[in-house]
Amino acid sequence: MQVDHAVCAFCGCDCDDISVTVEGDRITKVKNACILGKAWFFNHARPAGLPVARIDGKSVSLEQGIEESARCLAEARYPLVYGLSSTSCETQRKAIALAEELGGCIDCCTSVCHGPSGMALQGVGEPTCTLGEVKNRADLIIYWGSNPAESHPRHMARYAVTPKGMFVPEGRKGRTVILVDVRQTPSVRIADIFLQIKPGKDFEVLWTLQALVSGQILDKASAESTGLTMEQLAELADRMMHCKFGVIFVGQGLTQTRGKHFNTSAAFLLVRALNRHTKFALIPMRGHGNVTGIDNVLAWQTGYPFGVNFSLGYPRFNPGEYTVVDILGRAEADAALVVAADPVASLPAKTVKHLDSIPMISLDTHESETTRNAHVAFTTATAGVHVEGTVYRMDNIPIHLRKVLPSEYPSDEDVIGRLLARVKELKSC
Amino acid sequence: MLKSINGEVYDPANDIDGEVRDVCIENGRIADSVDGGRTIDAAGMVVMPGGVDMHAHIAGPKVNTARKMRPEDHRLDPVPRTAQTRSGVGKTVPSTFATGYRYAAMGYTTAFDAAVPPIAARHAHEEFSDIPVIDKGFFVLMGNNEYIMQQIAAGERERMRDYVAWLLEATKGYAVKMVNPGGVEMWKTLSNTHGLDEEVSGFGVTARQIVQSLAEASMDLHLPHPVHIHCNNLGIAGNWETTLETMKALDGRRGHMAHVQFHSYGGNPGDLFVSRVRELADYINNNPNITVDIGQILFGDTTSMTGDGPLGYLLHQVTGRKWVNVDVENEAGCGIVPIEYKDKSHMHTTQWAVGLEWYLMVRDPWRIALSTDHPNGASFVAYPQVIRLLMDREYRRETLKKVNQKAIAKTLLPDLDREYSLYEIAIITRAAPARILGLKHKGHLGIGADADVTIYNKCDDQEEMFSVPRYVIKEGEILVEDGSICRETFGRTLYVSPLYDTAVEKNIREYFKKYYTIEFENYPVQLEHYLPRPCEIPTARDS
Repeated sequence: MQVDHAVCAFCGCDCDDISVTVEGDRITKVKNACILGKAWFFNHARPAGLPVARIDGKSVSLEQGIEESARCLAEARYPLVYGLSSTSCETQRKAIALAEELGGCIDCCTSVCHGPSGMALQGVGEPTCTLGEVKNRADLIIYWGSNPAESHPRHMARYAVTPKGMFVPEGRKGRTVILVDVRQTPSVRIADIFLQIKPGKDFEVLWTLQALVSGQILDKASAESTGLTMEQLAELADRMMHCKFGVIFVGQGLTQTRGKHFNTSAAFLLVRALNRHTKFALIPMRGHGNVTGIDNVLAWQTGYPFGVNFSLGYPRFNPGEYTVVDILGRAEADAALVVAADPVASLPAKTVKHLDSIPMISLDTHESETTRNAHVAFTTATAGVHVEGTVYRMDNIPIHLRKVLPSEYPSDEDVIGRLLARVKELKSC
Repeated sequence: MLKSINGEVYDPANDIDGEVRDVCIENGRIADSVDGGRTIDAAGMVVMPGGVDMHAHIAGPKVNTARKMRPEDHRLDPVPRTAQTRSGVGKTVPSTFATGYRYAAMGYTTAFDAAVPPIAARHAHEEFSDIPVIDKGFFVLMGNNEYIMQQIAAGERERMRDYVAWLLEATKGYAVKMVNPGGVEMWKTLSNTHGLDEEVSGFGVTARQIVQSLAEASMDLHLPHPVHIHCNNLGIAGNWETTLETMKALDGRRGHMAHVQFHSYGGNPGDLFVSRVRELADYINNNPNITVDIGQILFGDTTSMTGDGPLGYLLHQVTGRKWVNVDVENEAGCGIVPIEYKDKSHMHTTQWAVGLEWYLMVRDPWRIALSTDHPNGASFVAYPQVIRLLMDREYRRETLKKVNQKAIAKTLLPDLDREYSLYEIAIITRAAPARILGLKHKGHLGIGADADVTIYNKCDDQEEMFSVPRYVIKEGEILVEDGSICRETFGRTLYVSPLYDTAVEKNIREYFKKYYTIEFENYPVQLEHYLPRPCEIPTARDS
């Protein structure tokens, strides 16, 4: 059997043109996907071989797992719900309801990737567009602090660099591609121009460009500390002002280095200033397949895109206070529910140490550092392989995930729905 | 089963003007009589159908980006959870749960989002699934759709009509909406359209052709609601002429002019506005094919959000405040900017007066729907204030003293003595919008209508009366008492499914391959997944 138009929900590209061949309960062929997408389908299709639920490593029934998890969460005074970037919006909606019921905090991977882009939006707004606008119109593409060849391998071929579009009928030849980064990456190959700047100097480069674009007086010493010459900076500014439609793809090289939301705000302001001269947009290169979804669902249910606290019975937002690294780093949370993320492998040691010391419940489709360390670990079916659902692409386009294979495991949505129901019962006694 | 007795009933669609009579409810509908069940003694109270908001921005990508942009707005108005309800935030861009509760608590039981880009229809439906109590639907942005413009330019009238039907079906939308026809496309190259006869560059069509073609398609498809128009030149001095031209361009076809307040200004571009409501209201008084909603502004801070990208940029330049722009492939765009309307401002006072002039100068209330273009003019929670301004001449006069006197002196408002009656308020807040939308089962209390009923304590201060109804009944159940939600339910999603020749899909599929970034097969919204309570409204041809 072949499933066409399947969606790869691995990265923020959410390519929806994948053909998957299924024989029995196995995926035998994945067409159109990149190397990461193929691995995603193949790895998730393989039976995980794990019990549906484990308590301290011992196999238990789903019901026992729910009971123990609900007890841990209901007894906690400041529980944290975290992750949610690699699961469906349907799951995310229920996870927020659970965090609210618990009166705890909910945070998502955004706070450790593009949170600073969200904060720039709050501060100065955001001139942006969908990826189809890039495909149809953009003649200047800038990847900044991003390495799409390795992180989003089809981004260039499908959306930004090589496709032929309505007003870029010549495709690749009709576009200039610039890469700005602190080091040579495999993405340099696809760029017409590579600008290597000194680490930690993104803000200065962006601020200088904004001054050039706005015709303001420059601090030359600051500009030349960036690793680029004034001539290079002036030429870049000129190129930006004189393209037909330019776009900056903002990567984590900008959001997670010195300056963080100052960097992103500087980039957003630069793009704003460029709109006095020509059409210009920016799009954050969102990493996980539905990290954009959790921002959206949190925003529509609570008003805020990440780091939300429900302790007072209504949502409050304060990055640095209600965000995962801070709550755990200060040893505040006394229980954690981790959904479709691997904080033990990815967060700072101090936060992981605290996670180890509190009851942690995990939901994931496969074994990870987090599931191995969890007090209760649920194995769940994969959204986009075993269950349907919704994801949001990096440009906020909603896409419906197809089901490719059956699964013996429950979905994240199902497990969280049961947890919510049980927690409600426990809280009401 | 439920019965309201002794209430003063205002049901304009059935010519009932304050008569004391019973309203009986059975199985979620208005019934002739009922045996048993709860009886509400509504003596001293006013009974009306549930309110219908036909033009607001409550769900979808634009609204949600505005939420993301405005933490400073949310923190002023937290909405705590209760045993029955979810938490959220309120103020100018409320969260989904708060949106449903606040409409319901105000006695409104149906609301439409006025501008959803088709590619994001799924997003709007997802938010609808989290908007409690009310019934809802949305209008689909089509006035800058590149496929539509290409078909118009090629003279492919039937193909365009079939595409419009396909798009409504694919999005599970309710009506055809156009925003600054042609101008949003021009904004994709940093330009704009300034009148009906300028050519949209790259497409060889004019705004006039877009208006006429989509008005015709809406009629040919027998859609319950006619084409819904946000004219070119919103917010520009002198734009009244474009508005008049647009109405004339309809040439007798039905059309709904959205938030006309923003489109009724005289003066030269760049100058201060003057009101030209008289000329436009005269035209409407004489042309029954046109209906309007007002888009009243009220003083205070709010969030401007519009499918009109170039307008968003203009507001950013004028206010200097943060600015979101989103250009949407092949279809649409949007702009978001926070804005504060100040009663000391000449311009804002004129806008405020223009809105009220509209309400007071259109003779036939059946042609008007009350709106603030939420949240562009003000939040929907301010409707009771608008109602008082219309019903209470003395209150209006007192308010007039507080605004910019130079500006107000140039308007007709100080001379307008008209006061709305409760019957007329019932028209512009429920009966007329329901009729304009083509919702035969809403906006009235006739036998068989949806049992959406609001019961108000009668009170001299109409703002107070309409802010906190005594009871709100949705589908026959009491859901709100004294402004508090007693039980959380979820309403229906209203959509249309017009007939079309499916041969058009081959051509659309090819277009998708070339210019879209998602697959044709993945574009349509799955009814069973995204509409938990679907309610198809038949087209006029079916009924």
